[in-house]
Amino acid sequence: MAKRIDVTDVDIFYGAFHAVADVSMTVEPRTVTAFIGPSGCGKSTLLRTLNRMHEVIPGAHVQGSVELDGTNLYAPGVDPVAVRRVVGMVFQRPNPFPSMSIFDNVASGLRLNGVKNKKVLSEAVERSLVAANLWNEVKDRLGKAGIGLSGGQQQRLCIARAIAVEPQVLLMDEPCSALDPISTLAIEDLIGELKEKYTVVIVTHNMQQAARVSDQTAFFNLAAQGKPGKLIEIGSTEKIFSNPDQKATEDYITGRFG
Amino acid sequence: MSVTETGESEALDPTRSPVAGHKDVSAHTPVPAVNPSPRRGAAPRASDSRSGVKLAKIGRAGDRTFLGVSAGSGALIVLLVVFVGVFLLVLALPSLLDNKANFLTSQEWKVSGSELRFGIAGLLWTTVLSSVVAMAVAVPIAIGVALFITQYAPRRVAGPLAFLVDLLAAVPSVVFGLWGIAVLGPRLVPVSEWLSTHLGFIPLFAPGIRSPGTVFVVAIVLAIMILPIVTAISRDVFMQTPRDHMEAALALGATRWETIRTAVLPYGRSGVISASMLGLGRALGETIAVMIILSKPADNAGFVPSLFAGGETFASKIANNAQEFDTPSKTGAYIASGLVLFIVTFAVNAVARVIAERGHAKS
Repeated sequence: MAKRIDVTDVDIFYGAFHAVADVSMTVEPRTVTAFIGPSGCGKSTLLRTLNRMHEVIPGAHVQGSVELDGTNLYAPGVDPVAVRRVVGMVFQRPNPFPSMSIFDNVASGLRLNGVKNKKVLSEAVERSLVAANLWNEVKDRLGKAGIGLSGGQQQRLCIARAIAVEPQVLLMDEPCSALDPISTLAIEDLIGELKEKYTVVIVTHNMQQAARVSDQTAFFNLAAQGKPGKLIEIGSTEKIFSNPDQKATEDYITGRFG
Repeated sequence: MSVTETGESEALDPTRSPVAGHKDVSAHTPVPAVNPSPRRGAAPRASDSRSGVKLAKIGRAGDRTFLGVSAGSGALIVLLVVFVGVFLLVLALPSLLDNKANFLTSQEWKVSGSELRFGIAGLLWTTVLSSVVAMAVAVPIAIGVALFITQYAPRRVAGPLAFLVDLLAAVPSVVFGLWGIAVLGPRLVPVSEWLSTHLGFIPLFAPGIRSPGTVFVVAIVLAIMILPIVTAISRDVFMQTPRDHMEAALALGATRWETIRTAVLPYGRSGVISASMLGLGRALGETIAVMIILSKPADNAGFVPSLFAGGETFASKIANNAQEFDTPSKTGAYIASGLVLFIVTFAVNAVARVIAERGHAKS
């Protein structure tokens, strides 16, 4: 199910504002890639171009190509809705649908895809909740509201919702930044398990988290406020954190600026 | 507790700033070590004499004044509602006691003769029918307009359209009445006839009068009149749909309509219900437009519960007969009908509140 992502010469604009300049990278299937860098460097923006979520903002457009196993997501005629059905996303703040039960939250993506069969739905819900390490905590109250859970449980619910549709790629935009350390640990463990099935790309402000969960790390930076963000360096997490090629990367990961 | 003293002096000492020491301490540990080292210099006399802290006197005059004003305003509202209720009840009671007909079930209205015979059944029916039909027509359109403005329309269309809808609220109801009887009503006569020919077997659509002054025309005009308020409130709640909820739907690969269905509508549900009830309340009490349009049946004519009949609502009945308020017993009869309108409107608003609250409790 996991696919390889090829980002080639991508430039991202919001109207006239050049947000991210000239990014090329490859993400191998069944790996975790972490995007790190100071605020405003375009790492979240780039993440959102991987499932065309940036287009929610009026005036956003992209030059270059993002390919999923060779299929260009930005080819003419590609429906962004179709892209989002194969590239799932988990957000910074847990965002279960407040009017839905735990079960309905996880089933929502499948229902959007037209799955109506109760048995298929409940199997998928159980499988996704098990995969998100949440099943044992909620199996007796699947009919209760999703927002009645704790923050960490809600985030795992959102992960279950994202993987219920069995996406090719899972994007995570600072998934732990609103969580306490114990919930963070649970999510990090989960990411380690998820990469056996999915290609995972995660944006994080937490350097130790990048070091703990990722196989590959990409460091982004921007020359100045108002200038486009750039990919400074990408490499294996081990190399980036022990012996980066760029001085800026070293400065950032050692906390000398940023 | 000496914490405040030492903490204060350390914070004031720039050499103790964690930023300055950051480079050396944290080259290999991202968490800067902040160990409480002995204080250097500064704080010469802090530890020996416990002189205490001088706390300023805080003036609370503003708080007290504002509390008084706002509590007074709140109390005034309660008093006004109670006063109106008591006023209606006191003036209506003598006539209600003299009433020879059943007040709730009778359709008679004889208040000028030697004995009082009046009942509100007909008025209640016409009032509720016209308002409910108005709501049924207006609410779907209002939701559609509100969704278009907030979710679909580009900004340069949404602004003017919203303004136009608001402008509709500024049209005086007497103008709506005139327009309804002179322009809209005659054009709806063929529609009424078509409906009563094909669905006439249902009492609601039974053939009525051949004039524009029907309950049906009133309902349509009322629908147009409550459209702005329902639209405006729905638009506001839809606009406040949290971005998080919409992105959650979009990221699952929801189309625009699916996003509306899974995120926008559930979030706006209770707000739309409140808006509808507010519109219903306005329709129930609308007077001038109804009075102008609705043709009053002859005194001896039987009551026809059809949409295409004439009739009178509480408000139009009272307004039509305002010149008759010459004896307390007559006046009391009309006030009694006003009391029922007051109670109905009150009940509608109470139900709206309960529904809205339940919506909130669920989310």
